[in-house]
Amino acid sequence: MTARLIGFAALVVLAALFPLVAGNYPVKLLQEILIWGIFAMSLDVLMGYAGMVSFGHSAFFGIGGYVAALALAENPGLVSALVLPALAAGLAALVIGFFSIRVSGVYFIMLTLAFSQMFYAYAFQVSWLGAEDGIVGIPRPALPGVDLANIRSFHGYLLGLFVVVALGLWRVVRSPFGHVLRGIHENEARMEAVGYAVDRYKLLAFAIAGVFAGLAGSLYAQFNGSITPDAFFWTTSGEALLMVIIGGTGTLGGAVLGAAAFILLQSLVSTYTERWMLILGVTFILFVLFVPGGIVGALRGRVGLRA
Amino acid sequence: MTAPLLATVALSRAFGALAALNRVSLEVAPRERRAIIGPNGAGKTTLFNVITGQLAPTAGRILLEGTPIGGLSPHAVARRGISRSFQRNNLFPKLPVEENLRLAAAATAPGTWDLLGSIARRRGPLDRAREVAGVIGLSERLGEPAGRLSYGEQRQLEVGVALATAPRLLLLDEPTAGMSPEETRRMTRMLEALPREVTLLIIEHDMDVVGSLADRVTVLHYGEVLTEGTFAQVKADPRVYEVYLGSA
Repeated sequence: MTARLIGFAALVVLAALFPLVAGNYPVKLLQEILIWGIFAMSLDVLMGYAGMVSFGHSAFFGIGGYVAALALAENPGLVSALVLPALAAGLAALVIGFFSIRVSGVYFIMLTLAFSQMFYAYAFQVSWLGAEDGIVGIPRPALPGVDLANIRSFHGYLLGLFVVVALGLWRVVRSPFGHVLRGIHENEARMEAVGYAVDRYKLLAFAIAGVFAGLAGSLYAQFNGSITPDAFFWTTSGEALLMVIIGGTGTLGGAVLGAAAFILLQSLVSTYTERWMLILGVTFILFVLFVPGGIVGALRGRVGLRA
Repeated sequence: MTAPLLATVALSRAFGALAALNRVSLEVAPRERRAIIGPNGAGKTTLFNVITGQLAPTAGRILLEGTPIGGLSPHAVARRGISRSFQRNNLFPKLPVEENLRLAAAATAPGTWDLLGSIARRRGPLDRAREVAGVIGLSERLGEPAGRLSYGEQRQLEVGVALATAPRLLLLDEPTAGMSPEETRRMTRMLEALPREVTLLIIEHDMDVVGSLADRVTVLHYGEVLTEGTFAQVKADPRVYEVYLGSA
C-alpha cells in the first residue's frame, strides 16, 4: 500500500514537472489524460467495484460540461467550475439511478444508454444550450493571483484536482462502503439475504460516479472552452468503457492507464491515418481477447504485483 | 407452551395452478430445533423462500414474535434476526473466507455507509467473522478465496455466512447436501454445539442428522403439513413411511 502511494506521488511529481520540459501539444495531451482519467475512474467505481456496467455515463459528463458553461458565464468562480457541475450531475444520477437500478445486466445498460441519449437529443435541439453548435467561449474560473488561461497554471489546477479525486476515490473503494460494493458485485442475492438493502448502496454508488463524471465534464468544458452535444453522445460513454476495460476493471490506476493509452493511441494513430477509429477498434478487440485483465492485469502477471 | 418465536398461519404460495405451499401452519418455540422433512417437491425450500422474503406469500401470514413479516424484502427479514443458508452454495467466491463472514457480520452493524473509514478499524464485524470461522472450523483458511475451498468446506462456510449475522432464528437448507459421511458427522457436531439461543429450522434428508439434532419434526407433503411430532413419533407414523416409499 505504501509502495503504491510512493509510486503515485512520483508520477504526480513527474506530471507536475512535465510542462517545464515539454511543449504545448504534449502538455495538452497530458491534461486530456487527467480529465478523462477522472471520468474513467468514476465509471470504474460503478463497473469494476459495484459491477454495474453503465452505457450512459456520458449523461453526467455532459451535464457537468453544460452546467459549467452556463454557470461560468454568469460567475467565473470555483463554485461555478466545480461545485455546481458536480452537484447537478450527482442529482441527475440520483434520479436516473432511481429508475435504472431496478433492472440489471443488459436492461441496465439499455436504460442508462436511453437516458443519456435523451439528454443528447435535448441538447442538440434547444437553443438555450446552443443546439448542435453547443456553447463556446466558456471562460476558465478566475482565481485570485492565478491566471488559468495560462497553460501551466491550468496544468497545476487540473493536476491538483486529479490528485484530490484519485485519493478520494481510492479511500471510497477501500472503505466499508467500498467493501459492500464488492460484495454486491460478487453476489447480490446473498448480500440482500444477509441484510443489505442492496438497491440503496447501488444508488449511492451511481450518484458518486455521477458526481465525479460531472466534475470531469466540467473540466473538459474548461479545457476546450466549449461544450457540444457530443459530450452526451453514447460514444462518450463508450470511450470511457474502453478506457476502463483496456486499463483493467476494478483498479482505479487501471482506469487512468486506460485513459492514457486511449488518448495517446488516438493522437498517435490519427497523425498517420484518418482511419484511427478502425485501428483503435482492432486494438480493443485484441485486448479483450488476449489481455482480459487489461494493462494492470498484464503488469501484475509480469512483475508479480499483488492485488 | 411459550409464545412461538416463529409462526406461520395458513401460509400458501402458488406458482400458477401449482400450490407449492398450501395452508401451512406451524409454530416454532424459542430455542427449539425443528427439522422440516418431506420428499422432493414437498415445498420445503419454498417454505424457506417465503419466510425469508425471497418469495412473497400468496396467502396466509408469517409472524415473528407475533409481528407480521410476510412479504417483507429479504434484507428487511434478515435485519429482524432471521438468517438462512442455501441448498446450493451461495457465497462470494472471489473474496476470502474472512471477508465472506465479515460482510455478513457487518450487515446489521453500524458503518456500512462509511465512505472514508477502514474495515480494519471496525473491530466488531471482524471479531465476529473470526469467531464464526472458529465455529465452522475454517480458522486456518481465513485468507483463502471462498471459491478455492473444497466442496465440503464451502458447505461449512455457507452455514457460517448465515451464522455470522448473529440471527435469533437460523434456517438451514440441507446443510449436509452432497457431503461425505465424515463431513456430515462433522457438520452435525458443529450444529449440535451451536448455542441454544439460536433457534434452528433445518431442512434435512439425512435421518441420522434429523434424529440427533431435532427436538421436533414437521413433515411436508405436496405443500401441506402431513404430520408433526418428535422424531420417534414421526418415524413410527405409517403415513410418513408411505410418503417416502411412495415417492421413491
